[in-house]
Order: sequence, then structure tokens, then C-alpha cells
Amino acid sequence: MDFIQIIKLLSGGMAVSIYIFVVTLLFSLPLGLLISFGRMSKNPVISGIIKAYISVMRGTPLMLQLMVVYFGPYYVFGIQVTNSYRIVAALIGFVINYAAYFAEIYRGGIQSIDRGQYEAAEVLGYTRVQTFFVIILPQVVKRILPAVTNEVITLVKDTSLAFTISVAEMFTTAKALASSQTSMMPFVAAALFYYVFNYVVAFTMEFFEKKLGYYR
Amino acid sequence: MALLECENIKKSFEGTEVLKDISVNIDEGEILSVIGPSGSGKSTFLRCATGLEKIDGGRIIYDGITYADTKDGVVTYASKGDRRRIKALFGLVFQNFNLFPHMSVLENIMDAPLRVQKRDKKEVETEAEALLGKMGLTDRKNAYPCELSGGQSQRVAIARALALNPQILFFDEPTSALDPELTGEVLKVIRSLSDLHIAMVIVTHEMAFARDISDEVIFMENGVIVQKGSPEEVFNSDSERMRSFLGRYGNI
Repeated sequence: MDFIQIIKLLSGGMAVSIYIFVVTLLFSLPLGLLISFGRMSKNPVISGIIKAYISVMRGTPLMLQLMVVYFGPYYVFGIQVTNSYRIVAALIGFVINYAAYFAEIYRGGIQSIDRGQYEAAEVLGYTRVQTFFVIILPQVVKRILPAVTNEVITLVKDTSLAFTISVAEMFTTAKALASSQTSMMPFVAAALFYYVFNYVVAFTMEFFEKKLGYYR
Repeated sequence: MALLECENIKKSFEGTEVLKDISVNIDEGEILSVIGPSGSGKSTFLRCATGLEKIDGGRIIYDGITYADTKDGVVTYASKGDRRRIKALFGLVFQNFNLFPHMSVLENIMDAPLRVQKRDKKEVETEAEALLGKMGLTDRKNAYPCELSGGQSQRVAIARALALNPQILFFDEPTSALDPELTGEVLKVIRSLSDLHIAMVIVTHEMAFARDISDEVIFMENGVIVQKGSPEEVFNSDSERMRSFLGRYGNI
């Protein structure tokens, strides 16, 4: 079995990995912002709950979290899950985990903005919503971009954890192929895939950073 | 009727009384300077008048609309609608400019008139360009705040405040973050505004400037107004305290 053939066999898994990656970012980035608001809330009940949530998400392995989301409905509520729930469970697990990390990154960014920016906006008559989206958020995005890049790159590699709940993403396929072919080549292909994927991610993020480099 | 009436303003921070009993009236087009040593409450007074700090007692009335009032020791602020109407009356220029770093000079000036006042873009742009001309910054309109000197930044901040056509402009130590050379260009611009017939309240340490430009001068210390009057009265005062304070600024 040559390398090209391996790549072909892995391509279906690659599509699933990319799918997990894209959907996770699409949902966890906005959700993270929402959670960061909760984390900074003046209401101690809200901020307490969010703090506990972030603590659990960061303090336990993602692999375990995926298993809880997948097996939880059956063991806790006795709900029989279908096969198609696998990918849904993986997506839920990734989104709630990454949203917690993103929330803390957003919080750091938001709290680093000078109070004078809020005051200037207030005196100029901006509403609170306008102040946040027009004045604060664009500056936050610029500041947190390097930290977000880190997380996004980690996410690319973390998609392989979906194998724990048997989602047929790229790494799951590579493992199966490696054992059936008794060859290391599928793993080499997998490594190459993750590296190229991350190279593209890093390149894209650098492009955004440069685009926001027009001001300090 | 005065444009702004502040009566018996009180403000404390964690038990420390910063403003004890401040009463000030500002008429249309009047220029008032507030001088005094650091920590005297000058800036706090400005921040209370502009709503950046909530007062603990007293009354603030803008153009007949009550902004804040105290009844039985409880301070109440105007309704949202009234607050918006009042906000449209005044502008504030900060010590450290607080320009929006992600917006160009022109965007800094135009964004609030467009977004807050929802005015016509063409008209706002023409006005913004005219303001930049007045500030001597026409060639910097596409620059970003990080590319400007302190003096240029402060002139942009003044233009940004003027773009909303306020009736009162507050200046919170507008030249304190600038070196002496840049101070001059900013003071010149503020001076040139006096013919716009906008009321100005200027907290400053520039005594010569305060004496020349003001219709009225207030000397504050320890949260109270110690002296109040025309520049001649205040700067030629016989009071021991005034003499020793002004003495530090050399010959003015």
C-alpha cells in the first residue's frame, strides 16, 4: 500500500477532523465571549457558577469530558443514544471545553483595556452596547490574537481525541489502518496532516495579526 | 438662566471627602478656569459634572434639565432620555486624550456624530475636515493615534469633542501630559475656540493661560472653593494662601 493510497483512505477522516475543527471554533468563539461576560458579572451567583464551570473544564482531561458527554445521557438519564450522536457528542464536548478557555482569554483582553476608553465613549454618548462592539471589542481582538492562535493550534491536534468516543476522524482511521496494515506509514501521514493543517492555521492567524497591525 | 448649575456638590471616596460643598454656575459662552493644588478636587468636580462619577449630594442642572438632585440625603439621577439630552450638551477633553487607537484621526472625529447623533455622512465629513483645518491637522486626517505627537493627539481629542457641537466643553488638565513645547500648541487651539461662543470649564495648572482666557477663575483646595472671581481678582488677591500657591508658578 503506497502513501498516496493511505492518504486517500484517510481523507474521509480528515474531512471529519476539519469539520470538528470548524464547528468547534464557530460555536466556541462567540460562546466564550458570552461566558466571559458571566465570569465578569457583578452578580455573585452568575460569576460563581461560571467560575466553577471554567474550573471543571480546565481541570479535567478533555478526553474524559468527551466520554461524559457521550455516555452521560445513557448512564445518568437512561436515554438510549444512537450512533449518529457520536459526532454530536464530540462537537458538544469540544465546544464547551474550548469556550471555557476562550472565555478566560476574552476576560484578560477585556480587562486590559484602559478605563479611559469607556469614559471617552460614555461622554461621546455611545450606548453600552455600542461602546463594547465599536470601541472595546476591536481592541480586545487585536490583543488576544496571539493567545487565540495558541488555542486554535491546540484544537487542531485535540480533534484526534474524538477517537475516544469512536468518531471516525482522521486519527481514528489512521490507527485502524496502522493495525490492519501493520505499518507505521498511516501515522506518518497523520503527523503530516496535522502539521500542514497547523501550518495553514498559523499562516492565517499571522495574516490577521498583520491586518490588525496598523495601530498600536 | 445658567447653562450649568451645580449646587452644593458633595463627593467622597471611601470615607474621604473630596468635594465638600461646591457650587458653580456657568453661563452660555462663559470661560471658567479651575485652579488649585493637586488633590484639591478639581478633576473630581469635572468628573462629577460630566457624570463619570456619581455625586453623593447636591444638585446638577443643565440648561434647565435636572441631571442629579438630592432629596432627604438620597441622590437621584435624570431618566435615560434626559441623560441623553444632557450628554448632547457637553463634551470632555481628557488629560491623556483617550483617543480610540483603532480608528484613524478622521474616524475618531466622525464616528460619534454618525453613530450617536445619526447625522448625514457628507455633512459630518465636511465639518470634520473643517475642524481638522482649525486644529492645523488637515494633513494628519488618515493617521492613527499611535502616529501622533501628544500635542496632535490632544488637538484631535478637542476636534472629536467639538464635532458633536456641544454647548459646554470641559477640559481636564488638557496639557498636563504634554511637554512644555507641545503645551503651547494645545493652549493656542483652546484659545482659538473662544470665538466659537462655547462655554468652557478648564481645569489647569497653566496660570498665565487661565488668567488670559478666563471670564471667571475658581481656586479650589481641600474640596472647597477658596476663591472665586474675575482673573484680576483671583490672581491679584491679597489672600496669604493665593499668594503662596501662585508664588510656586513664578511670575505670571
